[in-house]
Amino acid sequence: MIAPLLAVYLREMLLMKHRLKRQILSMSVSPFLYMTAFGYALGRAVSVGERGYLEFLVPGLIAMASMTQAFSIAAEINSARFYIHAIEEFQAAPVSPLSFVLGETLAGLTRAFMAMAVVALLGLAFGVRLHYGPWLAVAAFLNAFAFSSLAVALAMVLKTHADQALLSNFIITPMAFLGGTFFPLDALPVWAQKILAFLPLSHASKAIRADAFGEPASPAPFLILAVCAALFFLLAIATVKRARD
Amino acid sequence: MIRLKALTKSYGDVTALDRLDLEVRPGELFAFLGPNGAGKSTTIRILNGITRLDSGEAFIGGVDITREPLRAKRLCGMVAQHNSLDGELTVAENLEIHGRLFGMGRKERKESAEEHLRYVEMEDRSGALAKTLSGGLRRRLMIARALVHRPRLLFLDEPTVGLDPAIRKRIWSLIKSINKEGVTVFLTTHYIEEAEFLADRVAFMNKGRLVESGAPQDVMDGLGRWAVDSFGDGGMATRFFAKRSDAADYILTLEGSGSVRRVNLEDAFLSLTGRRVS
Repeated sequence: MIAPLLAVYLREMLLMKHRLKRQILSMSVSPFLYMTAFGYALGRAVSVGERGYLEFLVPGLIAMASMTQAFSIAAEINSARFYIHAIEEFQAAPVSPLSFVLGETLAGLTRAFMAMAVVALLGLAFGVRLHYGPWLAVAAFLNAFAFSSLAVALAMVLKTHADQALLSNFIITPMAFLGGTFFPLDALPVWAQKILAFLPLSHASKAIRADAFGEPASPAPFLILAVCAALFFLLAIATVKRARD
Repeated sequence: MIRLKALTKSYGDVTALDRLDLEVRPGELFAFLGPNGAGKSTTIRILNGITRLDSGEAFIGGVDITREPLRAKRLCGMVAQHNSLDGELTVAENLEIHGRLFGMGRKERKESAEEHLRYVEMEDRSGALAKTLSGGLRRRLMIARALVHRPRLLFLDEPTVGLDPAIRKRIWSLIKSINKEGVTVFLTTHYIEEAEFLADRVAFMNKGRLVESGAPQDVMDGLGRWAVDSFGDGGMATRFFAKRSDAADYILTLEGSGSVRRVNLEDAFLSLTGRRVS
């Protein structure tokens, strides 16, 4: 099980290595723009509780980066399915669905942690110093694991390459804007908070922000993220099994 | 090496394979012939675990592909009809990933990759990105990749489609030498001359069914050795003769024009199905 898993992971890493500069640049663009526009410019006039808006924003962007980059593995799988047909190479090889999903999920996690490091460095450049403790890493890991798994699950059920845009429009964009990245969810009416509690990113933002601010960790967000990660992982295995036509 | 019993596959209302029975012997170079949509690629995809079978049984090297799919896959190499290389990876990286997928150790992977790159005469291209290779080189690399884990059975799905005649012949010679080294080759093609040149045995597929199988010469001999194509008011017609002299005599009786040629597999397929392969 381990050798094929590492082969799937290595393939993704080699692809990333060949475009590393572009990849890092691309990981920096959105956080840089958000920090400049919402944090540096607009955020000067805004504070959240006792903290400046930029300080509030950076942990949210870390959570968001862990989601978007982990989920971006869907685009790679999509390309492997519809353009380069590399998925058939995996299907014809002695690779179990578990090995395939784990390999792709690990690749998503690697991308997510790279992107979070980029955001943290950009935050430092903008003068934001946060506490990067183990609970932040655990929350980011669970969030990235959940979204990598979801990416594999959804990428395997898409019918065409063009459907990839639907995933962004219906999952990632709403999650990014409503998952506690840009504003505190506590400020919303209770009914809205209840709805947004269904978004895994809400819990990741909460847990990551708490650790970044040096506040004690509450178990609930971790538990919810772990349940989401487990469910999405099982879903990914099921869709990979069904992907044979 | 391969045994299929009543293999059936449908896509909605379309029956791609209709209770296909087939046997391929170890060491054979076997060609699966038929027009597009006959079920050739579906058979290969099922045997490689890419497509699910609806019913029937399939064994590779005595291993049931539905019960022990991973074990069956270790015995096979596959060269797909379309380019399935990772274009953004180098030649060596494509082989490295393949070796790892099949659980090969580091030393074994390296040695086998080097050996097979030499085999397809690409040892000087190992650092090149796959996307920079020509169509012929890509096909040779796909063949090398399929051989890296030393399979006993090699599937070649339309291996020369889209390649120019000179490169096609080079690929043919490669396929022959792979087979001579003891690898069973299962080839699908709709190029008649490819099957005639390469195969020990051919099977004709039409609309998901096996219509004939045997050594190419035996299949053709059923019609005769010589064919006369004549062109008249009713269009083109072909008649077959055992002796060339009979064919020549027949031409003299024609009102329109006609020509004599050797019988080929296309004639055999056409006479069995009323359709052309290519």
